[in-house]
Formats: sequence, structure tokens, C-alpha cells
Amino acid sequence: MSSNQLDSKVPSGPLANKWDKHRFDMKLVNPSNKRKYTILMVGSGLAGGSAAASLAELGYNVKCFCFQDSPRRAHSIAAQGGINAAKNYQNDGDSIFRLFYDTIKGGDFRSREANVYRLSQVSVNIIDQCVAQGVPFAREYGGLLDNRSFGGAQVSRTFYARGQTGQQLLLGAYSALSRQIGLGNVEMYPRTEMLDLVLVDGHAKGIVIRDLVTGEISSYSGDTVVLGTGGYGRVFYLSTNAMGCNVTAAYRAHKRGAFFANPCYTQIHPTCIPVAGEHQSKLTLMSESLRNDGRVWVPKKAGDKRPANQIPENERDYYLERKYPSFGNLAPRDISSRSAKEACDAGLGVGDSGRGVYLDFADAIGRLGQNVIKERYGNLFEMYQRITDDNPYDVPMRIYPASHYTMGGLWVDYNLMSNVPGLHVIGEANFSDHGANRLGASALMQGLADGYFVLPYTIADYLARVGAQNISTDRQEFKDAEQQAKEKTAKLISINGKRTAESFHRELGRIVWDNCGMARNEAGLKKALHLIPELREQFWADLNVTGESGSLNQSLETAGRVADFMEFAELLCQDALHREESCGGHFREEYQSDEGEAVRNDKDFTYVAAWEHKGVGSPAALHKEELEFENVKLATRSYK
Amino acid sequence: MLDIVNEELAKTDIEPIHFDHDCREGICGMCSLVINGVPHGPQAATTACQLHMRSFKDGDAIYIEPFRARAFPVIKDTIVDRSAFDRIMQAGGFVSVNTGGTPDANAIAIPKTASESAMDSAACIGCGACVAACKNGSAMLFVGAKVSQFADLPQGQPEKTARAKAMVAQMDTEGFGNCSNYSECEAVCPKDIKVSVIAKMNREYLSATVKTLS
Ligand SMILES: Cc1cc2nc3c(=O)[nH]c(=O)nc-3n(C[C@H](O)[C@H](O)[C@H](O)COP(=O)(O)OP(=O)(O)OC[C@H]3O[C@@H](n4cnc5c(N)ncnc54)[C@H](O)[C@@H]3O)c2cc1C
Ligand code: FES
Repeated sequence: MSSNQLDSKVPSGPLANKWDKHRFDMKLVNPSNKRKYTILMVGSGLAGGSAAASLAELGYNVKCFCFQDSPRRAHSIAAQGGINAAKNYQNDGDSIFRLFYDTIKGGDFRSREANVYRLSQVSVNIIDQCVAQGVPFAREYGGLLDNRSFGGAQVSRTFYARGQTGQQLLLGAYSALSRQIGLGNVEMYPRTEMLDLVLVDGHAKGIVIRDLVTGEISSYSGDTVVLGTGGYGRVFYLSTNAMGCNVTAAYRAHKRGAFFANPCYTQIHPTCIPVAGEHQSKLTLMSESLRNDGRVWVPKKAGDKRPANQIPENERDYYLERKYPSFGNLAPRDISSRSAKEACDAGLGVGDSGRGVYLDFADAIGRLGQNVIKERYGNLFEMYQRITDDNPYDVPMRIYPASHYTMGGLWVDYNLMSNVPGLHVIGEANFSDHGANRLGASALMQGLADGYFVLPYTIADYLARVGAQNISTDRQEFKDAEQQAKEKTAKLISINGKRTAESFHRELGRIVWDNCGMARNEAGLKKALHLIPELREQFWADLNVTGESGSLNQSLETAGRVADFMEFAELLCQDALHREESCGGHFREEYQSDEGEAVRNDKDFTYVAAWEHKGVGSPAALHKEELEFENVKLATRSYK
Repeated sequence: MLDIVNEELAKTDIEPIHFDHDCREGICGMCSLVINGVPHGPQAATTACQLHMRSFKDGDAIYIEPFRARAFPVIKDTIVDRSAFDRIMQAGGFVSVNTGGTPDANAIAIPKTASESAMDSAACIGCGACVAACKNGSAMLFVGAKVSQFADLPQGQPEKTARAKAMVAQMDTEGFGNCSNYSECEAVCPKDIKVSVIAKMNREYLSATVKTLS
């Protein structure tokens, strides 16, 4: 392991002035020159969609790619709960600094101060922008915007549109994007998957893609490549992510030299519907907003099989309220998830599988009436009932943690550019703002901050420095990359073994969940690092992909994505093994207090671990970015 | 459900049935199956991906088809091309504001009833079941939902006539049929969008054409 320092390019000066100063110091592209530049935008979610629209408005040529049939279907659409912004509309003491502080603390002091501060600063612009687009946020009777509270915060700063906030924000970005497509400023390529990144003289200048309808593999060139391709939560197989979510674009860029930062910071969301059967391929989230009014509990006695309503009050353990009296049911996600796991490990779990805890609305319904609860969470209650056949107005919900979000991602500097010049990474695909744990309602904020208000400025700095180049895809670099992608595809098809990619994925997910899930330890991680390469070998020997590569072929698409997860899982475990501390979503059982709380090791691990690819099966090389805290004091995170 | 069928088919080396799906939560609008003759199947206000096997009896035969409509060509098996919807949106399904320079979000108060009603229309997931259910293959519910959302909000006012006109014109170009008030669209809509949005759109459209005439 080498350990070169990485330069984050954080501007000097006081925290509150950094972004202003930076905007002044950066180079600009002259308005009439913008059309000479082509930007390849991979992804059309909140990050990619908002960036593509904003960049096109500025005058750049944008080509935008997504694997769904329409940019409106990116997985951002599924976000339910809300988006944070330091508007202080509720007059409850919120401020940019408070949102900044909550986010740094929520991330367990493992994120970059300057980025998080900038995020908090632009958060207020996001809400203005979305309202101007016609996003129908929830309102109060007076006609002003309503807010709710989310985990890890004691102020009410979360804006929402029923339980469909992500949908409404994405449709806002999609409408802006559609307008630019209609004007001819963005060329949209749906049902198109990026398979590789093309470097020219060390700069990211193109991508190799597969047209998912015709199966044709070809490439596109541009002046810069932006990845807004989402997170890698499906490495666990079962997760709340959509079926198509993948690590492919980010991982293949990693194989071309982009460093992957903090892969072990994964978020396991506390409130999901528990696993119900062997064939399940997808888990469903119940928004964290439910914890505003729902109370989490388990029976005090192990093995208590009575129905919830027959367990008297004094035989229930409202464990979050007991352990964290000041945050109670709104304790952050990592803490709530781990507490649920502990309760179930102790035999207190509810439901047939014993892997579940109650989320009970009886008190809230008694206090506020069923109608108020219905107005707040109606569609979530319906969704729950549809899936479980239980009516949550009558019986408490059963919930259990599941993989949901990934804080790790490709390393980027303050300009959102990776260590590969010309490769920018935005949204969940980068590692930037959430440290070791993301607070609820902060991913939508970050995706839109990156896309609307950060990248459109910082990308100019790169473009102005290198100038417009008009690179042709006839160059050898493109031909070689296309050839390699074709060979890999042909190989997947030609194995002709017995197992589907799906079944390999399920097995991989179980290894990763068991050994690198909510709690990790050295022995388990070493075991996983032994099992994953074995499984990968079987994958390449016994995979069965039906059909052919020259047409629409979903089993081939799955196989390609699983192939990348097979390699990426090893990197995830390697990072988790190397980080000998517990922080945020990364809980190492060896490093905990007597009360079972996470124990960080600030002396040795206050850094970002950015990994350099060294070949499949070889350990990646470590690069460090030391984190400096000038404005907050590193403290033990306490929500008691 | 189809996952299991497909895993079994793969074991016998038969190419699985291709079907569009992604979120499996009824929100992305990707899934597009006609089940036993009904787009998204028998359960009201539910997408195909959220339909549970308990909606059927053991041993029942289940018929699966693609969404059929002139404007939705079939690509493969049950997968259809719904890009016509995107083009309708590109024609006018937006408020023309650029990023930046927008007023404070609380600068305009919007009555709660108006924003709730806008939200009812905005809940559309763009799946196209309304088109598949309609004898005429009409996209009026889809277009009506977008036009209504903006018609309910102050932000949508400056462009309301131009928007309705442009979206309807594109809808016609794409080969969607007319609305003759069968209301099949409302019956299959997984998000419970009401045909009243069509009436609202007609009002906007009419005022648009009247304005150009006069
Ligand atoms: C169920 C659920 C609920 C959530 N709720 C909330 C919430 O309430 N508040 C909050 O703040 N956050 C929430 N999140 C998190 C948040 O939704 C995501 O982190 C965020 O939307 C990610 O946006 P994105 O633009 O980075 O990626 P995505 O929206 O995932 O978009 C990825 C894009 O990249 C494209 N793509 C991916 N790979 C390729 C490839 N190889 N080639 C071509 N294109 C590719 C896809 O087609 C898509 O367009 C939730 C997440 C989930 C799963
Ligand atoms: S798969 Fe997303 S709505 Fe059905």
C-alpha cells in the first residue's frame, strides 16, 4: 500500500467565503465559446438531469445517456421523504451553519468541511428553483411551504411533496431537461448503457456504450465526461434500489484509473419492509418521515409471540426513546439500524422470521386522529398494506433495516472532478458530502446541488484550461476500448454454463450482507475476501446468458452488471477491513464502547481512503486525503 | 412473479420473457404489462410490479401482453417504445425557467387546495396504461395531467395557452387517438388520475385556439 496525499483543491480562507472566492478565482468559458464544447453526461437522475439541463441552458452541447427508456425513470424517482434546506422558514433556529454542522456530525466527522458548507449554502437555492419549475411541495393553510423533521436534526427543515418528493423533484429536473432536448441543446440517449471510459492522453474524453435495443456497441467523444450514475447499494443484492441500479459506470471508470473513495461507507436504512421469501429480489423502503409520528419498539421478553396489541405497555421496550432520549425515534439511520439488529440478535424480533421490529402509530392516531395521519402518510400506509396485507392503522408496521444508499463513490476534488482529469462525478456516484453516514433528505439536496449549482460553474474551470478539442472517435483509443467491450460481452454469452447471473448476484449479496453489512469484523471480512474471488471464478465458468448480444437482451445486461459487482465487492471488503475503527455506517465490532456505541479512531483514520485499481484480484492501492477540521471540533457523536 | 418464470426458463435454456421494470415500487412507470386483458392487471390503482400473486387463485392461467397502441411500437416481447410521451413533454411540458435567478420559494403563497390539486395531477408516472386501455389509443389523460398541474399553479400561468397547444399538437403528430369519453383510462390509472384533468385541459386548449383565432 502506497499512500500519496490527494489534493482536494479546497480554496483557502474562511469557510463561509470559500465558495464565493472560488467562483471568482475559477476560469470562465466565454458565452459564445460554450457551444464549441461537448459534455457527455451519463445519468439522468436528479444529479445528471439537473446538470444536463443547466449546462445546456448555459450554451454547452450536451449528450445525455441513461439505461431506462426515459430520463424520467431514473431511480431518484423513488425517493419518498423529502429534501433538506436551511431556509429557516419555521423560525426554529436553523441556519446554514446548523445544517452544515448537522451534516458533518451526522457523517461522523468523515467528510470534507468545505464541500458540506457549500452544500448547505446552495440548499436554499434548490428550493427556490424547484418551486419556480412548478414542483408542488406541501403547503400550509396560509399558502406557504410546509416542513417536517428528519433523523439527526432537531429543527424542521425538510421540504416534501406527499411521500413522492423524489418523483416531483425528478419530474422538475426532467421538465427542464425536456425543454432543452426540445430546443435541440441536449441529445438524449435512453436505453443506452455506458460500458467503458475512454482516455486520450490521460484525460477523460469519451465513453463506450451499448445500445440496449439493437445491442450495438459504439462510442462517443466529448470534451469532458460526467458520471451521475447513482449508488452501488445493490452489491448486497437485496436493497431498496431499483433493479437496474449498478456500479458499472463508476467501476469501469475506476478500472481506467479513477480512485474509488470510502466504499465501506454504506447506509443500511432502518425502516424497510422485512424480507418475506427466498425469491424476493427487491426490498421496499418505508420513508424515515414515518419516524416523526411512529414509535419503534420490541417486546421486552424474548420469544413473546403475542399479537402487538395484546402486549401491555410495560412489557414493551421503546428502545430508541430509552437509549437516545433527546433524539428518540429520530436517531440517525446507522444508529437506529444497528439498534434494530441488536434487538433481533437478542431474540426480541417480531414477525415470523424474527427479523423485524414494530413501528407503531397508535399513539399518534390517538393524539392527532386518523385523518391527520392519513394526510401525512396515506400513500405510505397504502403501499405497506399492499405489500404485507396488514393494515397499519390497526396493527403496528413491522420494519427491518435494508441496504439503501452508498456514501462511498468515486473520489472527487472540490470541483467535483476525479483524479482523472476531465472526469467529473456528481450525485450518489461520488463520495463527496456525507462522510460515513448520510442524514435523511440530504441525498436529494446533494444531487441537485451538484447538478444545478456546483458543476455548471466548476466544469468551466476545466474546459477553459484545456480548450475545445473536437476529438474523433476514429482514434485508436476509442477503437481499442470498443474492442475490449465487445470481447467482454462475447465472453459473457459464450460461457454457456448452468446458472443465471441473478442467482450469482443473490449469492454474492448474501456473502456481502453477512460479512460486510450492519456489523463487520476482521474474521468475517477475511472470510468474504476469500469467498468472493471463489464465487467470481464460478461466475466466469458457469454463467448462463440466454439469447444473443445483437438485440435487446436483459439477461446479458444483468450479467454485465453482476460481473462488475463481483469485482467491486472485493474492494468494498478490503476497505472495510483496512478501516480499523467504527464510524457511521461502518461498524466494526472490535471497536465499540461498553454500551455498544461506535468508537472512532481519529488519530489514525481521519482521512478519506481513495483506492487505485491494480488489476482484478490484486489488492487496490491506498491513497489518502487527510481531513482537516477547522470549524467544528471532532467529538463523539451523541444523540442521547 | 415473472422473475421466477424467467429463472425456470433460463434453466431450460429458453430465452426469458423480456419485460420492462425497474423500481418495483409503482413509481418509476417502467412496468407495462397487460394482465388478463387489463393494463397493470386486475387490482385498482396498482401497477403491475406491485400486483401480488395473492390477487390470483392457485392454478389460474394468467395472460400477459404488451401495452398495445399505435403510438407505442413493440420492441421485443412485452417491451414497447413510449418515447412519444417524452416528445410530448419536450413540446411544452415545462415552465420555461433557467437555473438560477428565481425568487424566494415563499415569495408567492399558493393556496393549499391549489397545490394539493396540482399534486394529484403531478402524481402521474407516465406509464402509458391510459393509452393502452383506450379504444382510440388516446393520450389525453397523460397530457391532461401535466397541463392541469401547471394550470393549478401560478408558475404555470404565463405559458398556459402555449403549453396546451404545443402538447396537444405533438400528441396528434405522434398518432395518439381522440378522446371519446370512455373513461377506461381513469379505470386503469395506477395513480388514480381523474378524467376531470381532461376537461381542464380542453378548457385550456379551447382558450388557446380561441385566442389564436381572434
Ligand atoms: C427508496 C429510496 C428512497 C429514498 N428517499 C430519499 C429521500 O427521501 N430523501 C433523500 O434525500 N434521498 C432519498 N433517497 C436517496 C436518493 O434518492 C438518491 O441518492 C438520489 O436520488 C440519487 O440520485 P442520482 O442522480 O445520483 O442517481 P439516480 O437517480 O440513481 O440516477 C442514475 C442515473 O444513471 C443512469 N445510469 C446508471 N448506470 C448507467 C450506465 N452504466 N450507463 C448509462 N446510464 C447509467 C441511470 O439510467 C439514471 O439515469 C432514497 C433512495 C431510495 C432508494
Ligand atoms: S417497475 Fe416501477 S412502476 Fe412498476
